[in-house]
Amino acid sequence: MTGLDLATGLLGAAVARGAPLVFTALGEMLAERAGVLNLGLEGVLLASAMAGVAGAQATGSALAGLALAVLVGALFGLLHAWLTVWLRSDQVVTGLALAFLGIGLSSVGGAPLVGELAPSFGPLALPGLVELPVVGRALFAQPWPVYLACLLLPLAHLGLSRTRWGLSVNALGESPAAAAAMGVPVRGARTACVVAGSALAGLGGGTLSLAVTPGWVDGLSAGQGWIAIGLVIVGGWRPWGIALGALVFGALSRLGLDLQGSGIPLFQDPNTGYVLSMLPYLAAILVLVAAGALGRGRSRRAPSALGRPWWPGDTHAG
Amino acid sequence: MRAESAWARARRSLLGLAFGLALGAVLLELLGVPAGEAYAAILRAGFTGGWWALSDTLTKATPLMLCGLGCALAFRAGLWNVGAEGQLFLGAWAATGVATAWLPAGTPGALLLPLMALAGFAAGALWGALPGLMRARLGVSEILTTLMLTYVAVHWNDLFIYAVWSDRGFQMTPLFPAAAWLPRLSDLAAEHPSLAGLTLHAGFLVALAAAAALWLLMQRTRLGFELRVAGVSERVARAAGMPLGRNIVLSLALSGGLAGLAGMCEVSGVVHRLQQGFSPGYGYAAILVAWLARLHPAAVVLVSVLLAGLLSGAKQVQPGGIAMMLEGVILTSVVAADFLGRASSWRRAGRPDPGEGAP
Repeated sequence: MTGLDLATGLLGAAVARGAPLVFTALGEMLAERAGVLNLGLEGVLLASAMAGVAGAQATGSALAGLALAVLVGALFGLLHAWLTVWLRSDQVVTGLALAFLGIGLSSVGGAPLVGELAPSFGPLALPGLVELPVVGRALFAQPWPVYLACLLLPLAHLGLSRTRWGLSVNALGESPAAAAAMGVPVRGARTACVVAGSALAGLGGGTLSLAVTPGWVDGLSAGQGWIAIGLVIVGGWRPWGIALGALVFGALSRLGLDLQGSGIPLFQDPNTGYVLSMLPYLAAILVLVAAGALGRGRSRRAPSALGRPWWPGDTHAG
Repeated sequence: MRAESAWARARRSLLGLAFGLALGAVLLELLGVPAGEAYAAILRAGFTGGWWALSDTLTKATPLMLCGLGCALAFRAGLWNVGAEGQLFLGAWAATGVATAWLPAGTPGALLLPLMALAGFAAGALWGALPGLMRARLGVSEILTTLMLTYVAVHWNDLFIYAVWSDRGFQMTPLFPAAAWLPRLSDLAAEHPSLAGLTLHAGFLVALAAAAALWLLMQRTRLGFELRVAGVSERVARAAGMPLGRNIVLSLALSGGLAGLAGMCEVSGVVHRLQQGFSPGYGYAAILVAWLARLHPAAVVLVSVLLAGLLSGAKQVQPGGIAMMLEGVILTSVVAADFLGRASSWRRAGRPDPGEGAP
């Protein structure tokens, strides 16, 4: 394997593995911009990934599986929104409870699916583009949900920064009282954002189990739900920052495998593999630290009302 | 809200628990597991099956109790240490190092066991102090760092289990020398034959002592007072001139240390070696323990025994994720019951009271 092949393979894997992270982190970003922290995404990812495989196997259609994954994500979002927005439960402990719920549900429900074959999305080569040197095969021969993730990024950016709708979402997270004064139904709109965000994470779970690493194994997402939440912080609550982070972590999560297959003697040593598998997590921590050290400026801070419930009549700014 | 009686809160928790168990039964049936049989098996294997069942449950309650106490300490100080699992792993790793690798062979148990406990506590404390430092200095969310460090700790242990300390290539370290084993009830079987086969070990006493120590720390010392104030309002703590940053690091270090001690007790009292999967998620379940116990040390003791019964019972039932799923359902129900109850009391009062701090 040449260095160029390695780079092409790594870039392709980074884009593919970054896609579920992009969906999930964009979902979390949407909920957080509206003022609701959703820590349950690891559970949502796993439950929807499992549901995706189950649905695809039952119906024989990967698309039906993906739809089921999105539905499961939305249901988790509905539960989280009911508890946090309408009952004003603590967002941290509620999210953690849902994470447990999803992890456990996927483990019990997925037990019969382990090692089973299910329909999945194959690569879809984009004519012409795939012929490009180096990047062609890496970027333009991906399963279609990966393209969807790339497409969603500019849409999310424009939607949040250029539309009335985006303005309302930001108001929900910065000052729900102001949003209410603007005529936005705060609790209903927050519910919509949490449900949509969680459905996006469901799309991420379905992409993971039906396109990126097809099939179900227990604990398939390996902490990507937590990483996605970190990406939102690292990315400064902005789509492009999140995309960059997702790409880097997609690459890191594959780097170990590629280096071991590269024939470089150092990486043939299995001990190196264990160290390499710590890399994505250590990198996530380092980036959070760097963001903490550099991000004292105002531009990349969290939404002011993040984590705080709101009720009609509340006048406090957050 | 502080005025609300402890009994009213406990009643709501019990209601949530009952609802969670019912909901869990429905989910089990939906997933094709006969719920009645599963619950009966859990009850039998967890509690009512005889002395061995009870001994087994108390053995499993030990790490839950220590990690739960650690979580309760951090949560009380307003810090979300959700990485007890990783701190437990690292504590087990350090205790294993002392038992098998770093000390000359033949070190007597009277020296070995305290050193293992110390190493386990220190390693867990380090794994807690790091997120504490990042939080205190740079404002990095401890929720994320404690979780990420858990994954790092698991891979770190894998490195030693599969490679560095591997026993002839098997996926475990060599068995500890007998001096590194915590005494067990079955050790007394020569004098009291009825104790034969009971695996409960001295770590349970360590956990009970830790509960008492935590209660003293939180209620009777200046540090405990400062931590409780910081947990209610960081602003008040800062205004009162309390060393906020130092306390953040200290509380997360103590919290991690307790989880590390749990890891030491597991390898020294139960498995007697380091191997993969020695913890079925004790560190995660500890979050549930602390929350159900409302962060009170005495209640942590009680709740961890109950939950250990559920865990040790659920282990006898297939498939393996049932315990985790029931934990999730129960925690969700308890949270819902808690806040539903509060919402209805707000409605009676006509106006919500804002700013009830968590937890």
